[in-house]
Formats: sequence, C-alpha cells, structure tokens
Amino acid sequence: MNLNDTEKAMLAGEMGKARQRAIIQQIQVGDFFDAFDFVPVAQAHIMADTESLGEAGVCFLENLANEAEVDNQVCIPTITDPRGADFNTYKQINHDPAYVALEKRADQAFRALGVLMTDTCINYQTVIPPVRGEHLAMGDTGVVIYSNSVFGARTNYEGGPSALAAALTGRTPRYGFHLDENRHGTRLFQVEEQPKDWSQWGALGGFIGREMGSYYEVPVIEGIDVTPSSDDLKHFGAAMASFGSTALFHMVAITPEAPTVEAVFKGTPSAPHVITNEDMDAFFATYAMDDDALDVVVFAAPQLSLYELERLAKLLKGQTIHSDVALLVATNPENKRAAERMGLDDMISGSGAILMEGVCFYQMHARELGEANAWTRLMTNSAKLVNIISGYGYEPVLSDMERCVQSAIAGKIVR
Amino acid sequence: MRDLIIKGHLGIGPKASGEALVATDNFSARYDLDRIKGIFSRPAHKLFEQGYVGKVLVLNIAKGGVATAWMLHEMASRGMAPAALLLNFANPIIAQGAAFGQVPLIDRFDGDITTMIKTGDQVEVNPATGDVIVTQS
Repeated sequence: MNLNDTEKAMLAGEMGKARQRAIIQQIQVGDFFDAFDFVPVAQAHIMADTESLGEAGVCFLENLANEAEVDNQVCIPTITDPRGADFNTYKQINHDPAYVALEKRADQAFRALGVLMTDTCINYQTVIPPVRGEHLAMGDTGVVIYSNSVFGARTNYEGGPSALAAALTGRTPRYGFHLDENRHGTRLFQVEEQPKDWSQWGALGGFIGREMGSYYEVPVIEGIDVTPSSDDLKHFGAAMASFGSTALFHMVAITPEAPTVEAVFKGTPSAPHVITNEDMDAFFATYAMDDDALDVVVFAAPQLSLYELERLAKLLKGQTIHSDVALLVATNPENKRAAERMGLDDMISGSGAILMEGVCFYQMHARELGEANAWTRLMTNSAKLVNIISGYGYEPVLSDMERCVQSAIAGKIVR
Repeated sequence: MRDLIIKGHLGIGPKASGEALVATDNFSARYDLDRIKGIFSRPAHKLFEQGYVGKVLVLNIAKGGVATAWMLHEMASRGMAPAALLLNFANPIIAQGAAFGQVPLIDRFDGDITTMIKTGDQVEVNPATGDVIVTQS
C-alpha cells in the first residue's frame, strides 16, 4: 500500500504503540484486498459485545486502556454498537452476573479510550446520519448497508478490531465500497408484491440476501411503488446483510445512487429475477412451526426506533403478557429515555414486557439466556433475528408485530 | 499418495497445517458455531455437529455478521480455533479477524476450493505466498 508521511510515522511507531499496531493490522487487510492507499474516515462505529469479545477481547481492551493517554485516545468520533448486557434489566432475564461483570469491564475500557458509548445499531436514526459520499468505518452490517444504500455514504464492514483500528488511525484501507467501481449494480430483482409490514420488508431483504454469492454483489431492486419508511428500509437492509454478506443495495428511483436502472448498472443488466408471492410465502414457511408452543417473543435486530416503540406501546397498552411467555424489546439508551418521557415505556412495561436498552437479543449470550429461562420457541417480526438465532438453539417463528403481540398475550402462537 | 499445489490470492496470518474439513456451505463464526464446544451448531449447515478445532476449514464464502472479527481472536486464545480458513471468497470481516487474531486465511483460488480439497486431506497453508499444498487421502 502507498503510505503518506503521517501513515509512515504511525507505522514507524512515532505516534505510539497502539496506532502502530492498528496500522499494521490495517495494512494486512489492505494488502489482502489490493488497496492502493488509505482513505480518511469521519466516524468509526465499534461492534464489541462481550459475547464476541470474550475474556481475551476484554483483556485486549483493558491493556489498551492502560497505555499512555497520548497514545490510546481515538482520533475521530467513535461510537459503539449494542453491548452484551443491560445493567438495568439483567436480573429480570436471569442474565449470568459474570457476563454483566465482563460487560462493565469492557464499558470502562472503551470510555478510557474516548469512545462514545451510544450502544446502538440504529445510530443513523438516533445519533448522526451519514452524508452522501462521506467515508466511514461502520461496524454493524445493518448500519453499513443502510449508510451505503440509503444515504450514499461509503463504508465496508468494519469488524470490532478493525473499526477500533480506524478510530485510532483516523483512516481505513481504500477498497470495496469506498471505490466507485464497486458501487454499480450487479443483479436486478423485480418485486411483484409490495411488502406490507416490517416482517415482510425483512423477508424480502432476506430472500435477496440469500441469493447473493459474495460481498461484492450489489442487488438492484425495481418495482417498489411507494416510498418506504426509514424503519421499512432498516428491516429490509438488515435482513439482506444478515442472510447475504451484502453491504450495498440500490432501489430504483428511491435510493440516491439509483435514479434509473440504466444509471446504476455498468452496461445492460441481465433479465430481472422476479420475486413472486410464492417466493415470499416459502420464505415465511421456513420459519413456521406445526404446533403453537411459545416461550419468548422478541422485538430487536435492529433495535427499535421511536416509531416502532410507539406502535408496540399502542398494541400493548392495557394488556397483560401471558405468564408462561416473556416479551423482550431492545432499543438504544436515547430511545429508552425518550420512551420514558413520552409515556411509551409505561405502556410497554405495564404489560409485563421487558424494555431493554443498549443491547440486542442475539448479542447478549442468547444461548445461555435460552438455557437459563427454558426458552426454545421464539417468535419475532425480525427476519434478521430468525436467521441468526437458530444457531443458538432456538426454533424461530417469523410473523408481523401484531401477531407477535397477540401471541405473547395468548401464551401460544396466534396465526 | 500425491501432492497438489493450489494457488490463491496473497493471504493473512502465519503458516499452518492440518486435516481438511470441507463443505460447499458458507461461514460465519457467530451464526454457525458453538464456540465453547468447538462444533458447528447451526442445524442447516452441512458440517452440523462436526468439530472444527485444529482443522483446516474449507468453505465457500464468508457470510453474516461482523462478530467473527473478534471471535477468531477469542477462539484462538482458548486453543479452540480452526488451524486455517480457506474460502472461495472472504469478506472484510474474516480478513480483519484473521489479521487481529493471526488466524491463517487464504481465498480467491484458481478454481472452486471446496471441490479441490476433500475432508480428511492433509493440508499445508502458506498465506505469505497464497499457496496451499494438499496431500490427498
């Protein structure tokens, strides 16, 4: 890779050991992807829940936090993805105190590095939205795909150690979606039926993600007649990124880099892959069960926006969750405070549901939570969550928010 | 018995060797693995219930979330990592995780790597050159 004087100084250790280690790691990744040089980034977003960090990762962060402040402070605005435990509600869900203690250590280490603990995967809805053309180091697949696709910003998937390296060096190797040549569409999809709710938007995204063959494939979707909401695109993108390894999509006449089909493809695209109603029915059928047993209903992945919380609060107002079922909701600290101020938290929690902040269900030791609470059958409106959670020993059911709430009240799956 | 040399793109991490564990499926550490037991835990995965510790894992592409970047380091710290990863196409997360955890990784081979190596083959991996030497079983 071509290095400028600042980068050469970092590599030589003139800007401290932490930045030296960070840039060595970044050069290895840059060489792997044939990057010509580095690009400065405006923000970094670090995924570092303790489930993935483990003791080894937390020790790494603590060692970094113990280095001299001149060496270890992040040099660009740096925020965090959901964490591995909610310090307020962990007892209600029998979360192992050892994990909570590990989370406290990680939290303190990050604060010592100058990281802003936003604990969110919906920073684009609650912290600072990206700007078209802005280069970023975003560390959550849902955040990456939304930033690239809906805003036209430029970021690759930056895993925790990589986003932290970018936070320390202020740059990232220029490969992948930082480059114009990788942002063209590669496959065209035609939608036959308009998605009607968040679970259907997620299912559509998941279906397309499953068709993707590599990180560099960029699906283009035509046939969406009504402008989707931010939450619609959130579920759509998060599921696509989860089922595929997809970092960018274009929606014709809706997202900024796709005014027309012609503009977004280099050359003429091949005939569109038509997504039929049968395709969508088959997708939902993958996540349906023959009986109506139910243990836990989860609204998360991504964390809920204020508007999603509002809809949920209206559905739960005056209702009582069945005693055999748990209902968990994950949002970020900003929306939790807002929900408290606006009376939504009372409507949600009053039903017996648990409103968690700064976490997401699959990033908080879901396997151990399932064992501790005897949760196997899980119902959700998140296509992203049903994709992830079967690996943790759950039997996931995908349905819309209304049916999920009705099921939590009835104590069994309502179809 | 004969040796086969397969050429990939320049990789990441130190030299390694081990027995191959091969499938045409994709790979994500968070979605597919029970990292405590060291087995594949996603029922839909072709390697479901098979142990991966110390194996040269040969799979199609990296899929799914960003957690793999930390998880390779965490698995390696407990001696529960695969010996190396050989993929048709890595994504940034796997590459970043390999760089952070120093887990050997090579991708972009002359052909489909999942058909060039069989489970049980003895495999030597040299990321610095992108070479993979296979002693077929």
